[in-house]
Amino acid sequence: MLTRALPLFGSRRSVRVLERNALVYRSQWLMLLSGFFEPLFYLLSLSIGLNKLVGPLHIDGHAFSYATFVAPGMLATSAMNGAMIDSIFNPFFRLKISRTYDALLATPLEVTDIALGEVLWALVRATLYAASFIICMALLGDARSPWVILCWPGAILTSFAFSCFGLAVCTYIRSWQDFDLVALVQMPLFLFSGTFFPITLYPRWLGAIISFSPLYQSAALLRGFSLGQFDWIMIMRASYLLVIALVGLYVASRRFQKILTP
Amino acid sequence: MTSGHILEARNLVKRFGDFEAVKGIDVAIDRGESFGFLGPNGAGKTSTMRMISAISQPTDGTIEIFGLDPRVDGPEIRRRLGVVPQEDSLELELSVKNNLLMYGRYFDLPRRVIRERTTELLEFTQLSERANDKVDNLSGGMKRRLTIARGLMNRPEILILDEPTTGLDPQARHLLWDRLYRLKREGVTLIITTHYMDEAEQLCDRLVVMDQGKIVAEGAPRALIERFSTREVVELRFATDDHEQYFNQFTKFADRVEVLPDRILLYVNDGDDALRDVHAAGIAPASALVRRSSLEDVFLHLTGRSLTD
Ligand SMILES: Nc1ncnc2c1ncn2[C@@H]1O[C@H](COP(=O)(O)OP(=O)(O)OP(=O)(O)O)[C@@H](O)[C@H]1O
Ligand SMILES: [Mg+2]
Repeated sequence: MLTRALPLFGSRRSVRVLERNALVYRSQWLMLLSGFFEPLFYLLSLSIGLNKLVGPLHIDGHAFSYATFVAPGMLATSAMNGAMIDSIFNPFFRLKISRTYDALLATPLEVTDIALGEVLWALVRATLYAASFIICMALLGDARSPWVILCWPGAILTSFAFSCFGLAVCTYIRSWQDFDLVALVQMPLFLFSGTFFPITLYPRWLGAIISFSPLYQSAALLRGFSLGQFDWIMIMRASYLLVIALVGLYVASRRFQKILTP
Repeated sequence: MTSGHILEARNLVKRFGDFEAVKGIDVAIDRGESFGFLGPNGAGKTSTMRMISAISQPTDGTIEIFGLDPRVDGPEIRRRLGVVPQEDSLELELSVKNNLLMYGRYFDLPRRVIRERTTELLEFTQLSERANDKVDNLSGGMKRRLTIARGLMNRPEILILDEPTTGLDPQARHLLWDRLYRLKREGVTLIITTHYMDEAEQLCDRLVVMDQGKIVAEGAPRALIERFSTREVVELRFATDDHEQYFNQFTKFADRVEVLPDRILLYVNDGDDALRDVHAAGIAPASALVRRSSLEDVFLHLTGRSLTD
């Protein structure tokens, strides 16, 4: 009977959560650096190593090097991994172990601000990582078109989708054991989403299932940008990621509300 | 629906699933008043405090704070409240100073203002020397003091303290009391829960005793003592593990008898008289003490699972 006029999503106040995380992580810059270098090392090893082993690929009548194919997939994957870590692991700790958020609720911040703030934090990092990744892609010659610059907002959109989704997932996690479950889902998503080879190599039915994978949609979107091949379906792909983000954030906000102020 | 009170709650109910932690209570608190919530563990004090801090949402009933509705103006209300929760919930990874800095930022205070207040608050809570230490390394009492300092960062109009002095040493406790008197003189409204009856008597103009989610008594500490207790109390101890066996022996000496695990309390008008009667009846307790009634006795009478009545 008492419906609270809680806003759908967080407000400007969510910036304070960003500020908080920046203050806490200031002393942990090494961790921030590792987030930078890990995907870059992958890119480097793939571009230099696998390029020599795997000959040029032919997809839809176009021929390109394996690194050109795999680099946008790597970018999508690293956006996913970074976002999932930022929004599942750390918020779980703050939500249920250290109960950091309890103190924030006695201030003008709303529950929705906390959820949005955590997503923003993930996005700030994603923005930096994606930029450095794309620059390296260009330098290594793994981008075929100047439109590769669109991979930047594309990767940020990917991070947005996965961090909102991850934040929603995080609220359902009961203990550290449940993280194994998350890894169990993330692994096949990572391997089968057309990041390493085209999904046209899979049987038709499997390809149909994979097309629901947000990672596949993201990889396909980013690949389109880096190759400079545009297609109307890319709007669908981007919309799909956006919908996941908004639904995820909405669910996360409500769940935060339920957990923090039962 | 402005009521004139700085805080007013009507028919406040809080349910967790099927369990009703707060069962329809009414409170009205005036500006500048210091108001206490007393009650045994699980009485519903913290649940109530969280609702009137505009943090958790009541299952039923209405709250008005500063004439505003927390369901609509939660952020605006909390901006003007200071909250010292029962659980510290500090940022363990951050330094003492940065804990206060960040908390001030949640209230949109400029960094310069936060710095000034931090210096002053750390002095008051005697944490100046520990300003740069990680909070994780502080003692329990120091953490509690920091939580209190944090609650004052935004210069609140209403300060809500849930067992503020639990874990504090006597000196820190008295420092806090002094500070609370000062805030009260400055017009700040205080809302306090405590298990220390002396604290309640010292600090509260008015208080309610809660038990099992309900308010069972309300009034000024002195008035409550007069109403629910006798003038004096005789405390008797016997060399036994079981004081209950003595209960029947004493009903004739006192208006009321309470048997606690370690002693027997006789509620009487004149303690010395009663003690003389006890001795005259040939009963020899291991120790005997006559004292004035306190809130402790009111509390025991109203909420204790006593064997009397
Ligand atoms: N989140 C919750 N879920 C379920 N039950 C709860 C929850 N929070 C409190 N309760 C229950 O509500 C009752 C009142 O709890 P509350 O914390 O308000 O008591 P209290 O008077 O503050 O006690 P104490 O003196 O121990 O702090 C208790 O029985 C408690 O178990
Ligand atoms: Mg409590």
